[in-house]
Amino acid sequence: MTLDRETISDRLAAAGYIADRDLATALWLMDFLKRPLLLEGEAGVGKTEVAKALATVHGAELIRLQCYEGLDQNAALYEWNYQRQLLAIKTREGEDADVIEDHIFSERYLLERPLLAAIRREKPPVLLIDEIDRADEEFEAFLLELLSDFQLSIPELGTIKATAIPRVVLTSNGTRELSDALRRRCLYHYVDFPDVDREARIIITRTPGIDTALALQIAALVASVRQEDLRKVPGVAETLDWAATLAGLDIHDLRQEPEAVHETMMCLIKTHEDKSRLPREVTDRLLGKVA
Amino acid sequence: MAAGSQHAAHSRAGEREASLGPPTRRRLAGFARTLRENGFKVGLAETGDALAILSAPLTAQPDSLKPALRALFCATHSDWERFDEIFDAYWLGRGLRQARTLSGAALASRSATRELKDVGPRSDKPGLPDHVERRNEESDFSGDGRGKREGASRFENLAGTDLRHIVDRADIEQAHALAERLARVMRARLVRRQRVRRRGRRLDLRRTIHRNVSHGGTPVDLAWRRRKIKPLRLVFLLDASGSMSLYTAFFVRFLHGVVDAFREAEAFVFHTRLAHVSASLRDRDVTRAVDKLALMAQGIGGGTKIGESLATFNRWHARRVINSRTAVMIVSDGYDTGAPEQLGEEMRRLRRRCRRIIWLNPLIGWRDYSPQARGMQAALPHIDLFAPAHNLESLAALEPYLARIMSHASRFRHSRHHLGSQSDR
Repeated sequence: MTLDRETISDRLAAAGYIADRDLATALWLMDFLKRPLLLEGEAGVGKTEVAKALATVHGAELIRLQCYEGLDQNAALYEWNYQRQLLAIKTREGEDADVIEDHIFSERYLLERPLLAAIRREKPPVLLIDEIDRADEEFEAFLLELLSDFQLSIPELGTIKATAIPRVVLTSNGTRELSDALRRRCLYHYVDFPDVDREARIIITRTPGIDTALALQIAALVASVRQEDLRKVPGVAETLDWAATLAGLDIHDLRQEPEAVHETMMCLIKTHEDKSRLPREVTDRLLGKVA
Repeated sequence: MAAGSQHAAHSRAGEREASLGPPTRRRLAGFARTLRENGFKVGLAETGDALAILSAPLTAQPDSLKPALRALFCATHSDWERFDEIFDAYWLGRGLRQARTLSGAALASRSATRELKDVGPRSDKPGLPDHVERRNEESDFSGDGRGKREGASRFENLAGTDLRHIVDRADIEQAHALAERLARVMRARLVRRQRVRRRGRRLDLRRTIHRNVSHGGTPVDLAWRRRKIKPLRLVFLLDASGSMSLYTAFFVRFLHGVVDAFREAEAFVFHTRLAHVSASLRDRDVTRAVDKLALMAQGIGGGTKIGESLATFNRWHARRVINSRTAVMIVSDGYDTGAPEQLGEEMRRLRRRCRRIIWLNPLIGWRDYSPQARGMQAALPHIDLFAPAHNLESLAALEPYLARIMSHASRFRHSRHHLGSQSDR
């Protein structure tokens, strides 16, 4: 059943993800066209969160495949349970080798890895293929095949067809160019840092008990920190950490507490180099702009 | 390739498609064409899906069509950024002039290669280059990551000389042969290394068990998993400033050989700014590729900003083209008109990201050269290998060094090398 966009939008909000209209449209389109969705954007804008929220929206299981350099099919698809296989061979010693072979290469000894798991569920799960740009090109090609046929073959066992087509979300940080073929296969959405309003709403949703005025101040300050020339731009998760810290310190107005603001800034800033770029004067100046 | 799973959407839409009149279909086809002209990769599958979207009840809401079509038609961030403008121009008739400019620019860059096919080999004829360079500028200089496009004025000081004639024919041929040989040797080494590798072998359990079922599971016949060895990635940054002009043509040819032979090689040219030139270099036709680059290298004067170019590289390209297996080769005489502090700082950043920085300086080959240029001084602490590059011999001397990086990467991590500075005999 396809949910309409408003329902998706509402349920995303209920799941704690404040989405803009465009993203809700893209998520609706995923179902409508049965295409995977490719999310790109800076690290920390909340790409992975989209998949998690989408799983909640559809009440589906989230299956995550984290990509890394050297990820191979063993780790992504399936593996045999060697210990049990060895045990089985020992207990059946003396039987015909072919019979044993058939036995130990049956489903009982198969260990599912994310991709296999994703196509064998009764109810379509959300398959998150995280940071696909970290995987090798060969793996990308293999994935493309899986995404178009939704079946895969295990030499010892035969072809396994998908019982339900999973909703696939891919994320990329742009550390490597993805192939045109993969891009064309997918719908595309560029996730940007949220604007001040949306970030304030995110803070309010995720930080219980924070007041609206403070959330707005935090969002505005973070937005101006992002304008600075930093190596590592603070993401939404960092904002939330910071908001929680400030709320925990019982601060209600950032302008009253410039010192505390500067000291807790380490929630946002993750490298020494960036820290030296944000001395007290700069944070005071940014704080001045927020007011 | 994008056919598999859209049947559902298509058949569902098929019922409603009847409600779409031929004018709407024509408009949509026109939109797809406009996007293609703007460099979007739009296939039949996308157009079909777009029809389905148009007939969906959701897109009857005025603000829904744009985001839906955007998600469908865009494939990259740059598509994403340009889509709204094109959409507005086409469907709402807004900003028509801009749209035309946009499509003009993209058309030029897309067809540059095709047009050059005819023009390239003849480009040493007087009068012709003007046409070619502008197209070059569109396709190659826009690669600096920020999509800057400047007027043709940068090419006004284009000299009439063809760089090919600066270097002797025989040398050119030899340089090519050498570059190719370098590539071949490195590949051969890689393959051999895979075979003889002893340390760090891992048992391939899947295959071992399969093989030993008949031995009652006792692993008699072991299957080993071969560790996949990733090739070294080379990134070249070539200084094409006036002071380097004697050598630029030579290196452009060298680069072509390397980029052509290695799957993982990227090349950039810099002078006052940085341009990504791998695409031009991948051209199968040597003459054409070299001509394109030579033209770019020619239109340059007014100082070298190595530090600034490196900053552009670090900021916009490094993340994509550099990984831990990357050797960066900077080919420059180190005469920087920018601040040496910036150069030092950017070199430090670059050094942290890649495996090795090799600085090839043609001046080292000159007798009594010592790296006095302030820029060179600032860069030196971050360089792993500082080597001459003024003749074929000096390039050949690189070969064993590169091979060594690949095979003993970790052990030699911090050693620095200085190839002899008196090698111009």
